[in-house]
Amino acid sequence: MLNAPEMKNLKDTFDVAAAKKRCQKFRKRILDISQTVTALHIAPAFSCLEVVDTIYFGLMRRNLGKDSDDTFILSKGHGSLAQYVVLEELGVLKKEELDKYCKPGGYLATHPDYGLPGIEASTGSLGHGLGLAVGMALADKVQKKDRVVYVVMSDGELQEGSIWEAMMLAPTLGITGLVGVVDLNDFQSLGQTSKVHPNFYPVLDKVQAFGWETVEVDGHDARAIYRAVISRSGRKPLMLIARTTKGKGVTFMENVPIWHYRSPSPTEYDQAIKELESSSV
Amino acid sequence: MRNTFANAFYEIAKRDPRLFLVVADISPVASAAAFQKEYPERFVNVGVAEQVMVGVAAGLALRGCIPFAYTIATFTIYRPFEQVRVDCAYQNLPVRLVGIGGGVTYSTLGGTHHTQEDIAIMSAVPNMSIIAPCDPAETVAATHACIQVPGPVYLRLGKAGEPDLTSQAPEPFQFGKIRFIKKGRDACIISYGPIAKMGVDLAQKFEEATGRSTAVVSAHTLKPLDRAGIGSILTSYPLVIILEEHSCVGGLGAQVKQIAWDVRASCKLKTFSLQDKFIHFYGSQRELWTAHGLDEGLILSELKNS
Repeated sequence: MLNAPEMKNLKDTFDVAAAKKRCQKFRKRILDISQTVTALHIAPAFSCLEVVDTIYFGLMRRNLGKDSDDTFILSKGHGSLAQYVVLEELGVLKKEELDKYCKPGGYLATHPDYGLPGIEASTGSLGHGLGLAVGMALADKVQKKDRVVYVVMSDGELQEGSIWEAMMLAPTLGITGLVGVVDLNDFQSLGQTSKVHPNFYPVLDKVQAFGWETVEVDGHDARAIYRAVISRSGRKPLMLIARTTKGKGVTFMENVPIWHYRSPSPTEYDQAIKELESSSV
Repeated sequence: MRNTFANAFYEIAKRDPRLFLVVADISPVASAAAFQKEYPERFVNVGVAEQVMVGVAAGLALRGCIPFAYTIATFTIYRPFEQVRVDCAYQNLPVRLVGIGGGVTYSTLGGTHHTQEDIAIMSAVPNMSIIAPCDPAETVAATHACIQVPGPVYLRLGKAGEPDLTSQAPEPFQFGKIRFIKKGRDACIISYGPIAKMGVDLAQKFEEATGRSTAVVSAHTLKPLDRAGIGSILTSYPLVIILEEHSCVGGLGAQVKQIAWDVRASCKLKTFSLQDKFIHFYGSQRELWTAHGLDEGLILSELKNS
């Protein structure tokens, strides 16, 4: 973990235009995959895509060695395609492996499995990633390692009690090498998250009350995500509340719950690709 | 056992910086206090929050550490069961899940604090190992053995005051192998955990009453269960007795019956387990055993008639 003075010296070097291009490519790649399997989670992947891209391409240190690199955990494991396409771009996952997504003979499935290339924890059951991340960050602190654990959660996932056990514990342990991101897309399987638990909103002050540094940003604005993370104080764990749109980038998928699971028909696929090609996300 | 575990852990952890003790507001006494004082960064009290106790332990293991997650057995594995299954077992991480007061040790605390079905549940989880030592010396051996097991281990302990049963044992402790703690020819009692003391007493009384030489075996490793060792007992002794502080569902008794079928055993096989019922009866641990039929006198008279 960088200390505060070092952080101030960090330059904002993240190439946002390149990030935008990558994310458009990633969305198309996810849609391509959608035509080969019957059900997948497109919308949850689209909502966290800029977050995942910014972490991997802008924030994480990934070339220091296995015991020194920063760590990424997708606690909302159902958004795995967002991570897989990024790992493919980085050459960590091979194209032919991603082509076998959810198929016999392949090893990539709807939820990330620990031990696969680039996958640092098994997730899929919600509410597990933050506890694991706290444990990893604790080991780093005790072993005096300058590492950061990034963990991306969904807003629906915050309804799991285990998240709040971990939320309570991280500041108590004095952990600083931990950056959480809440993909606040306001949707869960059965409807709007803010309607399922209206008193839970705004989320930011709840997290802050547990002793975290918090900042809320537009979760599709790579620059905002990047700046919010690099300008953290480094004295507490950081929780980034990323306001996002579920299904971001394809109008007919945006904020429509069925796209949590559904795969587009060939016609819908064409329409989605057309929209992505004609717009800049 | 609690103190012995703490002392053994402390001795290992002094030399091995990978060890962490993660507790949920319940701590072993004895050397755990010294460990906390000398290595405060490796002693973590998460508070009354068992899910994150196991989650954090798994996170530490993901970084190459060997964490011992410690609380009362019910809270070690039942409350955070999904963290046990997914974080520890599915990822096959070297987390040591220590359950103090296994079985009905906490006799007067009631059913909320009893683990009558823990062996069945944990046996059903892939990658999990289970060790339930019968006395303090076996607890030390089990704590050391834990370190070498690559995946998760559930260490089911009693609490305090367990007598020595193994100092004269003809065989040493070996993870994954049953162990004779008393030799015999005509009958064999297989047990694990603190109730093995009753097994040793029964063997002596049965010998005195019938003249039949009776062996006692500690099946301390419930998973991986030593099927070959148990199969060999089933085919070489005319009378085999299973005695366990666990439900009749899915414990050692049930598993030995499966092995007996597989090896075409022709011996008499008697299993004595807790009933498949919660206990609403209060008294000493031994009185609770009696309430479920695990009574020395009753068992002895049944054995004499067999």
